[in-house]
Amino acid sequence: MRRWNFALAAVTAASLLGAVGAFAEADKSIEGIEKYREALKDGNPAELFEASGEELWKKPAGPKNVSLEKCDLGLGAGVVAGAYAQLPRYFKDTDKVQDAESRVLTCMSTLQGVDVSKYVKAKWKSPERDDLNAIATYISGMSKDKPVKVSLAHPKEQAMYNLGKRMFYYQGGPHDFSCSTCHGQEGVRIRLQELPNIPTPKGAASGWTSWPAYRVSSGQMWGMQWRLADCFRQQRFPEPIYGSDVTIALSMFMAATANGAIMATPGIKR
Amino acid sequence: MKKTILILAAIAASAPAFAADTNWGKGAEDAAFKAMVHSSFREVGMATLSRLDQDATQAFCSDPKHADDKDAAKMRAKIEAENMATIKWPSDGKFLGDWKKGEKVAQSGRGLTSTDKPGQVNGGNCYNCHQISPKEISYGTIGPSLLHYGKLRPNNEETLKYTWGRIYNAKAYNACSNMPRGGHMGIITEEQIKDLMALLLDPQSPVNQ
Ligand code: HEC
Ligand code: HEC
Repeated sequence: MRRWNFALAAVTAASLLGAVGAFAEADKSIEGIEKYREALKDGNPAELFEASGEELWKKPAGPKNVSLEKCDLGLGAGVVAGAYAQLPRYFKDTDKVQDAESRVLTCMSTLQGVDVSKYVKAKWKSPERDDLNAIATYISGMSKDKPVKVSLAHPKEQAMYNLGKRMFYYQGGPHDFSCSTCHGQEGVRIRLQELPNIPTPKGAASGWTSWPAYRVSSGQMWGMQWRLADCFRQQRFPEPIYGSDVTIALSMFMAATANGAIMATPGIKR
Repeated sequence: MKKTILILAAIAASAPAFAADTNWGKGAEDAAFKAMVHSSFREVGMATLSRLDQDATQAFCSDPKHADDKDAAKMRAKIEAENMATIKWPSDGKFLGDWKKGEKVAQSGRGLTSTDKPGQVNGGNCYNCHQISPKEISYGTIGPSLLHYGKLRPNNEETLKYTWGRIYNAKAYNACSNMPRGGHMGIITEEQIKDLMALLLDPQSPVNQ
């Protein structure tokens, strides 16, 4: 059933993408992209990744041969439903603010006894990162339709938010770009890609609530870690280390600014 | 010249003197922020860690209030003067190259990312932010439309110099412009700037049809 959906979706996406290229006017292409998003709603290929993420979550693995099911994502050991909508958050055991992806690494290490450094060092298109993307997709799907509810009550949460806000405006590199260059104004685009104005609640919501997302153009499933890494690449910055504080801080800034918006995860993108 | 840089650096370092400066809040003080930035990245290809180090313009413009706040006007003027001084005018005095080649430079957004190769030809990224030739419908809107750019301006030395200067170092005209400093930062070559100039100003260019 799922496979069938996927095949259908892929065909629809391909034909509509072709149509996008043929459109005569800029605004029509944007409309076209909206249309294929609409068409894919019943069969987002992200479902496949959700399913394999769930499998990875429940399968005993690692030197200790246990599953991740007892992982505490912030709502207590073993609670997945609703957890993504409240991340990033402060965790007492690590004394750190963590997002879903860095938290999964913690659980792989503590519960399963896995040496996670190879996951941190891995390339984007590697089996290690594929697994992490799938697990994040599964976790995020369990928060679909829940309102974003990120806390800034703990001083470390507040600090992460402040750091993220500051990072958002930090310029560097040969192009002098910061996140704000591309995501700091209302209603602008790069080529035909519309850019959310992230410091506003509406822009933060559109940036935050639909990731992890399946990217039709590349056929890949991207978590927020990958999304951010690719924006830093376009920014001509070095690569953010997987799960590093810069990535958590920016996520905290976006998520807290999006508070109250409804999670639409996993999403589907161009 | 050296002196100006020193003065700029000193002012940037003592940034809190500005009434307009953003207080980033608890936990995001300079030391904590720097520690985060310096522990969070790894070098990939030509995207080296040194790209995290800012020059005076970048440091100043990383406070969003500096872009337009009245209290920062003097500092903006200084930054603009400093950037103006970096502009290298065409070595042979000729401002205009080949608009057809210019169109290619404007189209290409390649270059200087962690996945680009050293030695490859960089693009100008222009269509990412500007409408330019009427034939290209896939253009961005971070910058103003440049359609009919030459047609709309007097055909004189001032237009040539302004346009060259803008492309070479946009921060000479607007301290915290979102536009990259193509020539100053070595993103594009003198010859590529000439070709872009022709794209914008040559009466034969589709931009001016
Ligand atoms: C040079 C331009 C550029 C810079 C700099 C940039 N981005 Fe992006 N960003 C884009 C583009 C273009 C997209 C559209 C998606 C795509 O690439 O298909 C995007 C998409 C996004 C999205 C998803 C938006 C959505 O609605 O799905 C988020 C979130 C985001 N960027 C955050 C950031 C953050 C945080 C930074 C700074 C670390 C940043 N970006 C820097 C160009 C940029
Ligand atoms: C990331 C965005 C961005 C890119 C890339 C960019 N520009 Fe701009 N450009 C701007 C903005 C914004 C302005 C408006 C003035 C300002 O804020 O400095 C501008 C202004 C200009 C102007 C002056 C327009 C006027 O009417 O005075 C010219 C000429 C220009 N750009 C040419 C180019 C060319 C040629 C390229 C490619 C080499 C380019 N730009 C790349 C953002 C960009």
